[in-house]
Amino acid sequence: MWGPLGQAFAMVFEPYTIMVMIGASLFGLFVGAVPGLTATMATALLVPVTFFMAPIPAIAAIVTATAMAIFSGDIPGCLLRIPGTPASAAYTDEAYALTKKGQAELALGAGLVFSAVGGLFGTAVLIVFAPALANFALNFSSFEYFWLVLLGLTCAVFITSDRPLKGLIMLFLGLLVACVGLGNPAGFARFTFGNTELLGGIGMIPMMIGMFAISEIIRFAVDTSPPAVMVVEKVGNIFAGQWGLAKKYPAQILRGSALGTLVGALPGAGADIAAWMSYAMSKKFSKEPEKFGTGHIEGIVESGAANNSALAGAWIPALVFGIPGDSITAIVIGVLYMKNMNPGPTLFTTNPQNIYAVFLLFIIANIIMVPLGVLCIKAAKRILKVPRNILMPVILLFCAVGTFAINNTVFDIGVMLAAGVIAYVLEENDFPIAPAILGVVLGGMLEENFISSMIKSNGNLLGFVNRPIAAALAVLTLLVWLSPVLVAALRKKTLSQRTYT
Amino acid sequence: MKFNDAIFGVVLAALSAAILIHIQAFPKTPGQNVGPALFPGILAAGLGIGGVMLIARGWAVRASVPWLALAQWTRSPRHVLACLLVIGSLVFYILVANKLGFLPTATIILVALFAVLRVPLRWNLPVAVIASLVIHFAFYKMLKVPLPWGVLKDHIW
Repeated sequence: MWGPLGQAFAMVFEPYTIMVMIGASLFGLFVGAVPGLTATMATALLVPVTFFMAPIPAIAAIVTATAMAIFSGDIPGCLLRIPGTPASAAYTDEAYALTKKGQAELALGAGLVFSAVGGLFGTAVLIVFAPALANFALNFSSFEYFWLVLLGLTCAVFITSDRPLKGLIMLFLGLLVACVGLGNPAGFARFTFGNTELLGGIGMIPMMIGMFAISEIIRFAVDTSPPAVMVVEKVGNIFAGQWGLAKKYPAQILRGSALGTLVGALPGAGADIAAWMSYAMSKKFSKEPEKFGTGHIEGIVESGAANNSALAGAWIPALVFGIPGDSITAIVIGVLYMKNMNPGPTLFTTNPQNIYAVFLLFIIANIIMVPLGVLCIKAAKRILKVPRNILMPVILLFCAVGTFAINNTVFDIGVMLAAGVIAYVLEENDFPIAPAILGVVLGGMLEENFISSMIKSNGNLLGFVNRPIAAALAVLTLLVWLSPVLVAALRKKTLSQRTYT
Repeated sequence: MKFNDAIFGVVLAALSAAILIHIQAFPKTPGQNVGPALFPGILAAGLGIGGVMLIARGWAVRASVPWLALAQWTRSPRHVLACLLVIGSLVFYILVANKLGFLPTATIILVALFAVLRVPLRWNLPVAVIASLVIHFAFYKMLKVPLPWGVLKDHIW
């Protein structure tokens, strides 16, 4: 272990990697703090640049930028009542209420300190569980993988979305997009219509940039809401009172971090859903639930820890199985393939130094977040004044060039544009995007394992549940499918009981 | 721009039918019951069922949910123009970048978008030129991406 660990240290503490991390931190803090630019968008914009880097600096850039962006999304939420990233939306009203009470520094400080704590908690879970899980997964055959992927996709549709039908439709669409091209077990060109550009399939990176950046730019272009007003003149010492909070709310911090890591690890649910769930949970278990919404710090402490821990949690299934835990890791998986670091249990056995380096990057990112975060808060007033009408067109141009850079073809820019417009229209109509992305990322893997399982079992579906782990995963998947029905039945029962009493 | 669910249902059902017809032409793998048509076939069938369910759902609420509810911005010509320009500028890039070259194309796109997004006039052209040069430098010089020179090909630097 010590050999690879030493190698990992050497890779991470190389001057180039450190430089990349600092650059990515500033980039992430900026992107997170500007409303309308999300952490996922930061990742998508980084891909064309990381394309030209060695694997470890490339991953370093993404890990640091996303950790910073999820924290700095709290800043405009607190000062302008507009969340900088969706992950801060859950407690934006709460933070703004604190600001109006003159306690902006307490809200921002809690956001920063407990983001770091949550991030480190998630990292610890990643370090402990990912290798163990990988070891366990070494014995998996196509049957287990088939059920595992299906379970992941099922989670994305049924657990993390409140609209199962629309989620399911989006999943089918994503899986169908993954069918395009030669990349199927039969090696037959499907849905290419004679177009050679489509033989290799629809490019994942152009699609992601379209879905997460172009759709956001369209949303900005048609935004008619009036500009927000900043209420604070000066932010005081953000660390004052934080130790007191840590002593007052230890259970909340632990609960938020644990729930965040778990939600992050569930495919399709990321930092934003972790924050919403954790805020709701905080209110439910609080001794003073009536104070929530009036400028009460408890919920911010808990959900601020949750959204950052979710980031690390999402890497667990991404690294071990190649199943993304959120939209950021969906992009990361694309990057890992480009860098020949194909995710899967063997990544842990053949090149452990790379995995240790990823762990180290997470630790460093969450630690340097604190000093850099303080600087960002100090500069917040200036960042929030950056003219977005200049920024957005420049980002549009950057997206076009960045997409072109991957394969040097303008065809990909067309893919990006189409994905952006479609994502915008679908999102406006309450179709969740996450299941589609999971479908695109996992389509090839699902089909491959499905077809080879079918061949192995001679078309007999019972063969899919012959092995014990496969059977357990199958039962779990079916339970999740039935969960909407079960929940509805339970609700009905409690409702009828209430009416009788 | 909110459509009634039934509209999406019709589109999805049509897509599903088109896929199901298209995959009939896919070859069968000899000696096996699984071919390249199996997986997309299952997906298309699922999509079709989902589409029909959306049609049913949208039809049931047709009295209260219009077929198409336009958002507020569609009544503001400037916002409609901004939306069209965002999409149009990428189409423009795809069509002309190779012939015209990256720098002129990028500058034209930025000037147009800045104008519709109301960037002050005195900033418009200078920022557009500088931003195009910076992106060009970053990708062409530093990352060695072959951005086209187009009309400037005799003045490559």
